[in-house]
Amino acid sequence: MAHQVVHTDANDPQNITNPEHAEHRLITPLQYSLVYVALLIFTGATVGAAYVDLGWANPVIALGIATIKGVLVILFFMHVVFQSRLIKMTIAAGFFIFFVLITMTLSDYVSRSWGLW
Amino acid sequence: MDNAITSTGMTTDPTLYPPYTPAVHEEHEHAVLPQHRHHFETEEQQREAGSFGMWLFLLTEIMFFGGMFFAYLLYRNWYYEAFVVASNQLSVPLGAVNTAILITSGFCMALGVWAAEVRQKGLLVVMLLLTTFFGFIFLGVKADEYHEKYEKHHIPGASFSTAMFVNPAAYGLKEDPLSPDMAQKTQIFFFLYFAMTGMHALHMIIGIGILAWLTLRAHRGDFTSGYVAPIENFGLYWHFVDIVWIFLFPLLYLINRHPLK
Amino acid sequence: MSTAIGNTIVSLPDQSTARLPKRNYINNEHGLLSWLLTGDHKRIAILYLISITFFFFIGGAFAGLIRLELLTPQPDLVSSDTYNKFFSMHGIIMIFLFLVPSVPATLGNFLIPIMLGAKDLAFPKINLLSWYLYVIGGLFTLTALVLGGVDTGWTFTTPLSTHYLNTHVITTAMGIFVAGFASIFTGLNFIVTIHRMRCPGMTWFRMPLFVWSHYAASLLMVLGTPVLAIALVLVALERTFGIGVFDPTKGGDPLLFQHLFWFYSHPAVYIMILPGMGVISEVISTFSRKRVFGYTAVAFSSVAIALFGFFVWEHHMFIMGVSNYSALVFSLLTMLVAVPSAIKIFNWAFTLQKGSITFETPMLYAFGFMGLFTIGGLTGVFLGSLGMDIHLTETYFIVAHFHFVMVGGMLMAFLAGIHFWWPKMTGRMYPESLSKLAAVTTFIGFNLTFMPQFILGYLGMPRRYHSYPPEFQVLNVLSTAGATVLGVGYMLPLLYLGWSLKYGAIAGNNPWQATGLEWQIQSPPLTENFVETPIMDHEAYDYEWLANKTKHEVTTVG
Repeated sequence: MAHQVVHTDANDPQNITNPEHAEHRLITPLQYSLVYVALLIFTGATVGAAYVDLGWANPVIALGIATIKGVLVILFFMHVVFQSRLIKMTIAAGFFIFFVLITMTLSDYVSRSWGLW
Repeated sequence: MDNAITSTGMTTDPTLYPPYTPAVHEEHEHAVLPQHRHHFETEEQQREAGSFGMWLFLLTEIMFFGGMFFAYLLYRNWYYEAFVVASNQLSVPLGAVNTAILITSGFCMALGVWAAEVRQKGLLVVMLLLTTFFGFIFLGVKADEYHEKYEKHHIPGASFSTAMFVNPAAYGLKEDPLSPDMAQKTQIFFFLYFAMTGMHALHMIIGIGILAWLTLRAHRGDFTSGYVAPIENFGLYWHFVDIVWIFLFPLLYLINRHPLK
Repeated sequence: MSTAIGNTIVSLPDQSTARLPKRNYINNEHGLLSWLLTGDHKRIAILYLISITFFFFIGGAFAGLIRLELLTPQPDLVSSDTYNKFFSMHGIIMIFLFLVPSVPATLGNFLIPIMLGAKDLAFPKINLLSWYLYVIGGLFTLTALVLGGVDTGWTFTTPLSTHYLNTHVITTAMGIFVAGFASIFTGLNFIVTIHRMRCPGMTWFRMPLFVWSHYAASLLMVLGTPVLAIALVLVALERTFGIGVFDPTKGGDPLLFQHLFWFYSHPAVYIMILPGMGVISEVISTFSRKRVFGYTAVAFSSVAIALFGFFVWEHHMFIMGVSNYSALVFSLLTMLVAVPSAIKIFNWAFTLQKGSITFETPMLYAFGFMGLFTIGGLTGVFLGSLGMDIHLTETYFIVAHFHFVMVGGMLMAFLAGIHFWWPKMTGRMYPESLSKLAAVTTFIGFNLTFMPQFILGYLGMPRRYHSYPPEFQVLNVLSTAGATVLGVGYMLPLLYLGWSLKYGAIAGNNPWQATGLEWQIQSPPLTENFVETPIMDHEAYDYEWLANKTKHEVTTVG
């Protein structure tokens, strides 16, 4: 359902002329319910997958499903689908800096035991 | 460039500055409502400012939890065996039930925001109460899990005991025993477990406090006459707390079930 | 420019008839409560100004004690433990309670809404809350100080802070934690205000560079500070419960603390310097009567500094045992920060070129900033290169380096800004000749204090020791003498600015003939800033627009 409804303003379908403003729109209870059911199904799936030995894939699946659930909550429960580009960029910036914290710190830990000069 | 101080040239193109466009004024003719703060031009501007501010606050929360997520990532890689056996001491069924409860609480909150938008006071109050109720259930289950850790001496500190990990057979566990040195590292897992879930629970307790206040005001009818911002922004906070749990659950409970040999 | 009369551009109203405006934000309401419960960004700025000045002089007193102890090679004034407390309290108070809020919370708070043509910041109550959090944080720190101080250094380095010290680490950490939220709320308020409260016509590239640099600094405050908060929470938990996350005997990694700490505290350096750079842009433009050269480049260089600031923190840890390969990457990234900083310095220099330069006090401070910040920045490049860092880190070289940036840079910029906007904030001028004397004294005292420290550090004198080999005494005596001069340089403004509140000349709306929106309204401003929402119809720093406007005003009045 994403791409057709993302537009925020009849005169500004791409939210370009004023990326800080978006027309106010509601998500219906039916849509909320669908998301809710999807979240419960994903929870069941991730628990089920945890009981099967998939080797290295176990953590990947668990975190993948968690990411999908997180994105669902952000997009629909938190109304980000209908928010302005400003809000979307803000969220992206937050996760980007979080990513910087993780990867740049890891760059130390990963290579600490490599050959010393 | 026209240098007169009150050039009208700039205001004739409304698409450039939508918060000030006449169209917005016509749409929302309630610019005189009591909740409207004097320094905002329109209520639309006030509402978007509030929601943007809330999102920025949530960014700080991401970074706040981010430090602990990184610590977990680091120590899980360093002390993999300890993290595996310690993690297996957590109850997956309880964690899964709690996840479902928290998602339900978030669902009620989302419906609450919708109820405020469509100005149904009764529904809004019911939804806020349900949100609170499921929040309490979550905390109750969490307290039960904490209590179990207390009984097993798995709370880091002076009374922490590694006996269960050094000699698992004596406790009826099927895992391989850990060397005493590695078994010590289970304390780091449990510390991170308590720090992360504790910080999450603290956010929920603060949230429930705010919910009580919002419910009272909602009952007075404050939020069902077009002024939705407090409900909406609190909803953002509550859903953020959900998201933190959505990631904590697999990290702490699930991903260590099948250790790589 | 025809506005320059002789060698000054100051134009004051006729003092025999001039009066302060009858109604302004200062006399709008009366009583202490009207200040303590205010939502007015200008009043909160004044509250902040008073509080940070208080903490500045406490921190300064500790600096004086440090220099006094270092006058002689022997440890004769205080014991080594007490000396550790001196430099720790000096660092903690100066960084968290003075430098971080200095320009943003005072000048930024006062000016950003006015520069954007708004009536107030987006969240006035959160702005007030921010001040209260700052005060609570300050009280925690003072409590720790009164109870016996803390001797971790401002960095709280583990495992020293968690296992080996018996001082008030948790109290101080709590203070910094709370003051951190003050900074987060200030930054959050600025970002929302800059995005959502600009007046009609105020596009992003018409905003004064002061606002741009505050925007960049606010991003750092919002994204960096929480990481410091969690690091301090973990230190407190480690001390209280011995949880082991930073304790090597339990498998923890003390360096993890440093990673988290410097993830904030390196960007914090840019939180401190960026707003100062904004002040310098305004001052340089006004006193050379020219639009800032390369406006867009200067604006984007602020954002670039903010972004790069998140990629370089490990250069504080090169000798701490981090991976060599990772250190290499961070060293190269550190060099990147020099690029946007140099862009700013070069652009200010080009702004001066062929400008009608006049030498009022703010401009003197701004010149001080440009010279001292350049030295501080260049020595930063030395320290960022791996080989040099091993020799120079933890010596007085590094002390001199960051004082050149923080004191020579930021404090000069802060004083430039305070003098520049003093007429706007109070409606009265400061005494010009005395303030020029103060600016020159500060510059001389500063160089005398910190130049010898570069040499001392290069010769190998370590920082944070209260005694040193006798051959370093000459340079240390010079440094202490300089600190005395510097102290006089900082006391003077306190005295004459206080004096000017009652006896200063009436400034009028626009004593500097500056172009910013804040200069087009009365001084001191009304509580609501503008009688009607302004419409921005010209670029920032458009002196032709100002000349036309002034001409227009004269004809209508006449």
